[in-house]
Amino acid sequence: MSSLERSDVARLAALARIDMTDEDLDRLSGQLAAIVDSVAKVAEVAGQDVPATSHPIPMSNVHRADEVRPSLSQEAALSSAPQAEDGRFRVPQILGEEA
Amino acid sequence: MSAMTYDKAMEQFDPVFGIEVHIELNTKTKMFCGCANEFGAEPNTQVCPVCLGLPGSMPVTNEKAVESAIRLGLALGCSIRESSRFARKNYFYPDLAKDYQISQYDEPTCYDGSIDVVLDDGEVFTIGIERAHMEEDAGKNTHVGGTGGIQGASHSLVDYNRGGVPLVEIVTRPITGAGARTAEVARAYVATIRDFVKALDISDGRMEQGSVRADVNLSLRPKAAPGEDQNAVPFGKRSETKNVNSLRAIERAIHHEAARQAELLLAGEPVVQETRHWHEDTGSTTPGRSKEEAEDYRYFPEPDLLPVEPSREWVEELRSTIPEHPAKMRARLMEEWGFSDLDMRDAVNADALDLIAATVAAGAKAQAARKWWMGELARTANDRDVTLQELPVTPAHVAELQGLIDDGKINDKLARQALEGVLAGEGSPTEVVASRGLEVVSDDSALEAAVDEALAAQPDVLAKIQDGKVQAAGAIVGAVMKATRGQADAGRVREIILQRAGVEG
Repeated sequence: MSSLERSDVARLAALARIDMTDEDLDRLSGQLAAIVDSVAKVAEVAGQDVPATSHPIPMSNVHRADEVRPSLSQEAALSSAPQAEDGRFRVPQILGEEA
Repeated sequence: MSAMTYDKAMEQFDPVFGIEVHIELNTKTKMFCGCANEFGAEPNTQVCPVCLGLPGSMPVTNEKAVESAIRLGLALGCSIRESSRFARKNYFYPDLAKDYQISQYDEPTCYDGSIDVVLDDGEVFTIGIERAHMEEDAGKNTHVGGTGGIQGASHSLVDYNRGGVPLVEIVTRPITGAGARTAEVARAYVATIRDFVKALDISDGRMEQGSVRADVNLSLRPKAAPGEDQNAVPFGKRSETKNVNSLRAIERAIHHEAARQAELLLAGEPVVQETRHWHEDTGSTTPGRSKEEAEDYRYFPEPDLLPVEPSREWVEELRSTIPEHPAKMRARLMEEWGFSDLDMRDAVNADALDLIAATVAAGAKAQAARKWWMGELARTANDRDVTLQELPVTPAHVAELQGLIDDGKINDKLARQALEGVLAGEGSPTEVVASRGLEVVSDDSALEAAVDEALAAQPDVLAKIQDGKVQAAGAIVGAVMKATRGQADAGRVREIILQRAGVEG
């Protein structure tokens, strides 16, 4: 397995809107590559007879009835927002995209 | 301004299109939590740790939403996967509290379907459905500052009430062969989906409130040379126009995109594969974020939700609840009821079909049912600014009212008064007729007395009638109707007048 490239980390950072310095990228591409390589060892152990598994516990159809439960108050909902305005979460200017 | 038009583009190119429709379900609660799913509440009052994506919260699927998705899939002729799962679609945008949207990716619940759409001239076009999958809606951003759009905004405000509302996304296969009728077919397809979700009663289908939203993909390819197979010509690069949210806008967006792409291609320039934004005011599109960046969603299976494995028995039970195809039902009713195209279109636009059908089922003739719902009641609803369904009158009332007319107990004028009483909450038509004393005066001696009195007051009328001016009787009919407060049978009054004048009616 090839490890994670520095350019992959830069791309992920851009997708996640995280500003990273060159030093950050150097350091994290090393650390993240180690994690990815470790996890990739699972693929070496699992043979053809082991199917890809997303849900190891054999359960399905755990649903909830369509009944309204109490919501948070607006005040509680906004209580941990860094900034709020008009009952809404206030977020910085969204650049380069259109809603 | 460009000289290229849709029609010219269609002469030179073969269009291929696809549509993604998002349906907001009308469940009482959200997809993965018990917050109310209701439009128009105060901001951030229908939110909880799950739909705000707070740490440690866990989603649980809404069974009703699963049921609605399966029923919609069945209506679209889809197969229902025996085991399907949810996936996380990762992207970062303030309206998405968790920084991922729970959706379905490689195992959508409904797949491989098709649906017929009926064009205005009756031509039927079959649309292939690739998949219909469940997902959750995002919150709503409001941009502050600038002109209200995102450009020049100083900051944005987010309301998460809509975040987590259940959606079904329906994805068509690439649709070929519609040629110059592409815009019409696209419109009819979205109209069919809207009508079907209303008939299924899984969504209010209100496009103006965003309950049905469409993204339109379009590409152009060269027309095949004579004798060659058009389907052997590779597809061109496509654009995806987002949030085209009215039927008219679907047609307009396709017109615009076809002309725009044709102009580029004829100038030897490439069409860029990209997302574009629709602008209702100018009827045009502008490029959005670049596709390469936007498409990297890094989907992976949602570990917090278990697979959905509907039993075959349940699926068959749901299949038995699927209503008739709305367009085909309309064609059938139009014939059964003897409605004109215009009658039918008006009734559909007024959302009166179900009411008329129920009135007919309650015993009224279709034309009479139409006359009431599309006449007096439509006016009343309009005056009160409510829908026909919200009026305090039922199809059974309307059928009963018409029955009273047909039995000669009341005339049209009295019927309108009786209806007023029903609308005022005074009871059923029969009760209002009794309590207001609205029955037609059918007692001939009372009518004769009223006629004689009117004739005595206007002594020249009899002579005129005898002179052959039968229309002069109208003045006496009017006087008698006035004297009986409209409760006389005008036809019978006229007969009595003519008898008095000694002429045949």
